[in-house]
Amino acid sequence: MRTAKTLAEKIIGEHTGNGSASSGEIVIVKVDYVFSHDASGPLLISNLDKFPSGSTISNEEKRRTIFFIDHAVPAPTKELANDQNIVRNYAINNGLVLSDAGNGICHQVMAEDYASPGNLIVGTDSHTCTAGGLCSFATGMGATDISVAMKLRKTWLRVPESIKIDVGGELGRGVFAKDLILKVLSILGTDGALYKSLEFCGSAIDDMDVYGRLTLTNMAVECGAKTGLVQSDSRTRKYLEENRRGEGWRELFPDESAGYETEISLDATELEPEVALPSSPDNVRPVSEIKDVKVNEVFIGSCTNTRIEDMRVVARILNGRQKAKGLKLIVTPSSRKVYLKCIEEGIVELLLSSGAIVTPPGCGVCFGALGGIPADGDVIFSSSNRNFPGRTGNPKAQTYLGSPATAAATAINGYVSDPREFL
Amino acid sequence: MPGRAWKLGDNISTDEITPGRYIGLRSNLSELAKYTLIDTRADFVKGAREGDFVVAGRNFGMGSSREHAPVVIKLCGIRAVLAKSFARIFYRNAINIGLPAIICDTFKISDGDTLELELSEGYILNQTTNVRIEFPRMSKTMEAILQEGGLIPYVEKKGDLLLA
Ligand code: SF4
Repeated sequence: MRTAKTLAEKIIGEHTGNGSASSGEIVIVKVDYVFSHDASGPLLISNLDKFPSGSTISNEEKRRTIFFIDHAVPAPTKELANDQNIVRNYAINNGLVLSDAGNGICHQVMAEDYASPGNLIVGTDSHTCTAGGLCSFATGMGATDISVAMKLRKTWLRVPESIKIDVGGELGRGVFAKDLILKVLSILGTDGALYKSLEFCGSAIDDMDVYGRLTLTNMAVECGAKTGLVQSDSRTRKYLEENRRGEGWRELFPDESAGYETEISLDATELEPEVALPSSPDNVRPVSEIKDVKVNEVFIGSCTNTRIEDMRVVARILNGRQKAKGLKLIVTPSSRKVYLKCIEEGIVELLLSSGAIVTPPGCGVCFGALGGIPADGDVIFSSSNRNFPGRTGNPKAQTYLGSPATAAATAINGYVSDPREFL
Repeated sequence: MPGRAWKLGDNISTDEITPGRYIGLRSNLSELAKYTLIDTRADFVKGAREGDFVVAGRNFGMGSSREHAPVVIKLCGIRAVLAKSFARIFYRNAINIGLPAIICDTFKISDGDTLELELSEGYILNQTTNVRIEFPRMSKTMEAILQEGGLIPYVEKKGDLLLA
């Protein structure tokens, strides 16, 4: 057995009974955090009711069980309001953590308040892998798996093989983590990392703050991956300290000679702002190749980005400019904390003056649940992670994906635009 | 009992299987099932009969973790989903609710073909073309979960979450 470990093998190994894990093995692991939300919660809770009433969890485990109400907030229909009450009441009645409507998108709040290096986290959402940006082994599952994890505090996993994504050089002006992960998607495709883990490293990753790392790992699942991981280093420490969780920090790197299934090397310096064309996130071209694509709606939001650092870039680009005439511009800060910071820094005022609608934190527009549903034939430019057919609530609309910066530039010009024009 | 094939392409996402815009029906699963694959195969819900098969290409069920995706397929009477490959969350979800998800060479199946599934023997017989399609066994644990009809009955029977 190999002794040099990938990050995935290290973290999973710390959660198995015998303290070790090698890729390919099937293991039972303890979970540190388990979460669900209003879109999957009712199905999950109907499962929880099937467990014998005797099975209880400790108070510490209750503090690590979180229900988010984030997918359709504020509730647009009575059906969804009722679903949210199922989730809300279940959490309250069982002494679990409730992150109620308006608090933020689950993955952003997990990063701000819970996930720490070395944690093993499972949730009923495919983008649970976002927490890999803080070096948690985090992966999404369905309601049944998560109901078992909530009750028994463990799950089973196949220890994934890892793909090393080594990014040298540095990101240029107007080029962000989102552009990098779109580039990775164009190489791997939407099933190029099925069942595997992506581990990002190299000088561009060393230089990247946690907000960008979270964007990379968020979209690991778009390549089919089980999770994405980034080392825990001084930047991780800084992020945790800023969120008053410095005590949760520990250094965590993959071993030098860890066994990777494949290695992909990229030079960040050569990257341009990248755009995914309809209707797949791996259908990627540099922005310079996309000419004269008129856009009807720009959405700057989702768990992929819209952290405060993204919002500052958007503000720098809009900077007193107006959105294009007739274009709908919708901005959703990813959490209450981010929203408050945006107010404090004058970003909300600037957005409103540019003609944007600023919505409460949540998922809504991202997956077509509420707000911002496009008209037939509309073209949307979105900073989110998916542009599958019908994703935004109307199968007769088309979605392009890019960074918040590219989205902001597009909102000003009314057609897909290079953000470097404004930076 | 043989069933008919509903053939789909590669990379069918959960947004196509059960679109997010029907989120309001998620606590009413039989109603939600009426919109299964609505944007991809509008004829599916009306035409699917008990014992039919969904047959897809690569990476079936990519995207979100919504377990509602295999649930609505099962509610439409589908006996098993066959694909060249599955997105991992969909694959787990299907097995966890007792819906067989079988990785095989679906190139040899056309829309409307009549299929017979021999799950324990590890093959599908395409009665229309008389071609036998073998498939590899799934992992022992998944096989055991499927045999019990899903993860919850499996855990109940074992009294704990254990590997098979
Ligand atoms: S913002 Fe979009 S991708 Fe992220 S959790 Fe919400 S619905 Fe999913």
